[in-house]
Amino acid sequence: MKLSRKWLREFVDLSDVGDREFSDAMTLSGSKVEATEILNESLKNVVVGRVLSMERHPDSDHMWVCQTDVGQAKPVQIVTGAWNVHKGDFVPVALHKALLPGGKTIERGELRGVMSDGMYCSLKELGLTVEHDYPEAVINPAAILDDYHPLDPAKRSIPVGIKPGQKLSEEIAVGEILEISTLPDTSENPFRYAIKLNPGIPLDWGHTTITIGTAFSNLHVGDMVAYHLPRMWQYDRIGHHSSEILCSPDEFSPDDFRTELVPGMKIYGPVIVAKVSALEKYAYGCWRTTLNVGGAEMEMDESRLHNLHVGDFVAWDTERHEICTLSDLHAQQKEFPHCIPDGIWILSGEHNPGADIATLIGADDHVVEFEITPNRPDCLSVIGLAREAAATFHKPLIHHKPEIKGSGGNIAELLDIEIEDGSLCPRYTARLVKNVKIRPSPEWMRERLRNSGVRPINNIVDITNYVMLEYGQPMHAFDFACVDGGKIVVRTAREGETIRTLDGTTRALTPDMLCICDAEKPVCVAGVMGGANSEIIGDTAMVLFESANFNGASVRRTAVALNMRTEASSRYEKGLDPMNTFRAVQRACELVEQLGAGEVVEGLLDVIAADRPPVTLTLEPQKINRLLGTEISSDEMRGILTSLEFKLDGNNVHVPSWRGDVEHYSDLAEEVARFHGYNEIPDTLSSGLNARRGFTREQKAERLLGALCRSCGYSEIITYSFISPAAYDKIRLPDDSPLRKSLKILNPLGEDRSIMRTTILPSMLEILTRNWNYRNKSVKLYELGRTYFPRGDGLADEPKTLCLGAYGADMDFFALKGAVEAILNGLRVPEVSYTAQSENPSYHPGRCADVYAGNRYLGVLGQIHPKVAETYGIDGELYTAELSLDALLDCAGAEPVYQPLPRFPSVPRDLALVCDKALPVAELRDVIRQSGTELLKAVSLFDIYTGPGIPADKKSVAFNLTFRSDERSLTAAEVEEAVTKILDALRESLNAVLR
Amino acid sequence: MKEQLEAILQAATEAIRSSAAAPDLEALRVKYLGKKGELTAILKQMGRLTAEQRPAMGKMANEVRAALETALEEQAAALSEKALEARLSLETVDVTIPGKPVETGHQHPMYIALDEFKEIFINMGFEVMDGPEVELSEYNFTKLNTPDDHPAREWSDTFYLDKDSKTLLRTQTSPMQIRAMEKYGVPIRMISPGRVYRKDEVDATHSPMFHQIEGLVVDKGVTMADLKGTLNAVLQEIYGSGTKTRFRPHHFPFTEPSCEVDVQCHKCGGKGCPTCKGEGWIEALGAGMVHPKVLSGCGIDPDVYSGYAFGFGLERMAMARYKISDLRLIFENDIRFLEQF
Repeated sequence: MKLSRKWLREFVDLSDVGDREFSDAMTLSGSKVEATEILNESLKNVVVGRVLSMERHPDSDHMWVCQTDVGQAKPVQIVTGAWNVHKGDFVPVALHKALLPGGKTIERGELRGVMSDGMYCSLKELGLTVEHDYPEAVINPAAILDDYHPLDPAKRSIPVGIKPGQKLSEEIAVGEILEISTLPDTSENPFRYAIKLNPGIPLDWGHTTITIGTAFSNLHVGDMVAYHLPRMWQYDRIGHHSSEILCSPDEFSPDDFRTELVPGMKIYGPVIVAKVSALEKYAYGCWRTTLNVGGAEMEMDESRLHNLHVGDFVAWDTERHEICTLSDLHAQQKEFPHCIPDGIWILSGEHNPGADIATLIGADDHVVEFEITPNRPDCLSVIGLAREAAATFHKPLIHHKPEIKGSGGNIAELLDIEIEDGSLCPRYTARLVKNVKIRPSPEWMRERLRNSGVRPINNIVDITNYVMLEYGQPMHAFDFACVDGGKIVVRTAREGETIRTLDGTTRALTPDMLCICDAEKPVCVAGVMGGANSEIIGDTAMVLFESANFNGASVRRTAVALNMRTEASSRYEKGLDPMNTFRAVQRACELVEQLGAGEVVEGLLDVIAADRPPVTLTLEPQKINRLLGTEISSDEMRGILTSLEFKLDGNNVHVPSWRGDVEHYSDLAEEVARFHGYNEIPDTLSSGLNARRGFTREQKAERLLGALCRSCGYSEIITYSFISPAAYDKIRLPDDSPLRKSLKILNPLGEDRSIMRTTILPSMLEILTRNWNYRNKSVKLYELGRTYFPRGDGLADEPKTLCLGAYGADMDFFALKGAVEAILNGLRVPEVSYTAQSENPSYHPGRCADVYAGNRYLGVLGQIHPKVAETYGIDGELYTAELSLDALLDCAGAEPVYQPLPRFPSVPRDLALVCDKALPVAELRDVIRQSGTELLKAVSLFDIYTGPGIPADKKSVAFNLTFRSDERSLTAAEVEEAVTKILDALRESLNAVLR
Repeated sequence: MKEQLEAILQAATEAIRSSAAAPDLEALRVKYLGKKGELTAILKQMGRLTAEQRPAMGKMANEVRAALETALEEQAAALSEKALEARLSLETVDVTIPGKPVETGHQHPMYIALDEFKEIFINMGFEVMDGPEVELSEYNFTKLNTPDDHPAREWSDTFYLDKDSKTLLRTQTSPMQIRAMEKYGVPIRMISPGRVYRKDEVDATHSPMFHQIEGLVVDKGVTMADLKGTLNAVLQEIYGSGTKTRFRPHHFPFTEPSCEVDVQCHKCGGKGCPTCKGEGWIEALGAGMVHPKVLSGCGIDPDVYSGYAFGFGLERMAMARYKISDLRLIFENDIRFLEQF
């Protein structure tokens, strides 16, 4: 919400409050200020100037040198390229060192050798537009023949050395087709058809019809066509067949055919050259022009062409008695580069040279932008914010009661209102205005709208917007002539009904959409947008002002369904004050009278279809203090509520109608706290202890797990929980894999983020790929992330998975396995085993292992299958591990129990064993462990060898064994005995022998 | 004999002093003091001396032996010192050569911030709760006093998992307020961090998935002053002691009174700068007193109990703390980014 402080001034006097103080205090009382814009900060040193004289620039074909009175002792010299400036005009002058909107600064400088002390400004350069801000300043250029620049110098449309009175083009008239015949298809004959035309006028040589050859194939008997009045030489040259007599569509503009066509009617008369011999401005933008048309001087009544100067050559249409524009000549802009509908903003009325332009356009205003929370639609208005400001600064709120003189008549005789469902439209208030004169609204109103971020349109539309901004009540104005049957019916749309809305779109309505209808048809989508069929246009004579209250949810649903969120709908959907409709329509009618925009018909129709009972609460100061932790006096509370226009009687608090958000004592507590000051509430710490506190066992284990991963060199990542369904194909999940049963997001941001992952692997692979593509050489990552499995009740099981992912020169299967072992050790997971897994489709069949703790499956680790890597565009080795957090937590070992340190020396023995190449090392180790007596304390692998000295189908595996007794020092014989037993077992069960 | 001894002493001493290595020294010891050494040979001649001569010569011979032994020891010590010096000099390394790398991983900056946050609250007697991300709209909205037609419920804003808009990806961690109250009743003092989802396209400040931390305290006699005291204490820990804060009114459907809490801009000290968009303050969190309708909806009597709730945005906190300029970096997981933390 943009608030003009000049506008605010009408309702609360805060002249002594600066911008910073205002925004800080308003923010702290609940109306958050986002920014304050000082409008003239971007427009400096631009003043009113009066053009004293104009001379053509000695070294330019289009610039003028103007002496300008800017209220200083001496005139300043300004060079301008604009042609709509004339001696005596008041214009905006950007002086030396001026600042324009957009940050442009103007400096004194030479233009083709002539000093210019600044610049005349266009509306656009001042940040304004013709359409919305100064419609009277529209610029219509004549085609000035001196400015003619032929597209192709060899084919000039206007000859060199023109003189007044010289003919530029022939006449064009309307003809009627009498007959069409098809001509023989021969190569010499360029025409397919011969048409007989009724020219409507007697031709020079006495014929009443002419026959013309043409290639146009869309003609029918009875069609009216445009033709160049033929001359004898044309006829003579090509007999009955001419290609140049009929006009093609590109020779015309739509304006050429406003009236009914009659054969013989002249569309264009002959156009001749004329020279401007005198100019006289008789009103703003209006000129009396005297032309030399070749000997004779002739005075034109009125011209609204703004770029003419004495001495200019123009084209004169002898039939229409008008100076031709570019479109009259069917000329392109680049043929007349300086005859443009743009130029300097000529100020209307009288001004003092040197006056500040910023003030003139109302930019001496400060505009405060508020972020208003959705529970406070009342604050989306000047009056609502004035009320908050008055309470914040302890100033009186200035109330305004609209007063209407009225102009006779009786609305009840003209209009009937019917509401079908009061729950959708609790109240509908309407007034009529007759003898409406549609024109731009006055400057002060346009300024206020503009400063509030609303574009001015015309007086009636501007009034509805003005009232909406001031009162917070959206209004709509209908052209009453388009309301059939003098009846307004507020009803839901019927099946199949459509409406073309003001934005020009035809929209299909459904039976849950509330509409404003006349006796026949919808004329407005209630609270959203009006219909084009009842739009206020230039000739609107009678206006119906609607000020209604609609059900917010219904408006919102309709706006969403039609994809048409408007200023009105966004206000309605928050729930508006039904009492406001009356005040708003009265204010609108007051403004109609004030602006002279029409005559207000006596009487007002106000249908209240559903009553909202007023809310009354009980003021309980102790309860409020107990909630806030304060000791605010009852008097202070009453003062605050009163300043917000709550009515107190005893302990009863009557909530104002515009405060639909207040319905409970805690709401009153907020009102009290806001104006007492949130920051005045003391700081205390809650006492008491929580029985459940500290991290749980699981939370501690998760924290440990993260630390373990990092100690192994893996860095933490965070990935999106949603993935693409294609990810399952990329990791080669079988079609029937249960992992493919994912929760689907029905309205995803895109297909690639449309399902909730059941496996964390694709997320990890995506991040590895991204790092790979960034050419990061060595990468080790982990994520402890959730996966999502649909459950019968619509929710999900959301177990977490620890995923490790890595690539790089230092990575291989055993580097990954080392990290997994370290992590499992860190968690003291007992009885860990790894079994080869060649069936997992995502992994390399020879480099993948399932991990178990005892019989409990923990997860998988290995190298990603090259085919999977390929789908991610990677031709290197990727390694990943996926471990179930639940399983890890279940299997995490208990606190360790101290074991006494060995008191007797241990005896090491190395065994190099030769066995089948395919035999898993774990089997050798297991046999050693099982066959070793209690003296065998440790077994560790230290070498695997294949090559010379070992048969090709064998390998040598070397273990280091540690023997020790807890009771005595071992003898060599005891150790030998144990080793022999182990060797026997190895030979018998695995055919492994000492090397 | 006396001359012989003196000659041996002199010759031996010189030889010992000039010896350059341990083996030479050993050879000299053998030469003079060994069983067949020169001094031993002389001592063997003692028998030929007179009884008067013997004690003096014996004494002298012993003195020579002692002197030679001392000389040998001293020279051995000197030589060993020299050898050590030579070795140490040989072993000298270029200490500017980098150490052998020990690779350790890095915690994600967001979770560093989160861990710290959890510790602050754990130390204040809170517990940390976890809850579902696939949530019922009943919990995400309805029980949080959010009207049926609230715009946040729209399909343009919230991800839904069923046609009837019953299940969704939670848009806030606030449903954990309801779950906590329903499961544990009162009193309660918890925080609940986690992922939340909103239908925002990815850009420098938006992500369809981000993290919030919810907090809830409900007990008898809990006041807005408690809310202020607790949050101010937490903000001092997060942003440094002496950090200025301001509480300003705001609106949330599930709290009343509601507030947003701003922290004074660390960059400009409140004067207004681009970091704080000229306001001098940076929004830190939303909070408020639990709405009576929310309490009673969870079976808690709002006339007996009261409580406060608050919600932090984790990304915003981590980004402010580490001056991370673009939210996309958080979820991009470039190792060059992660290694900075």
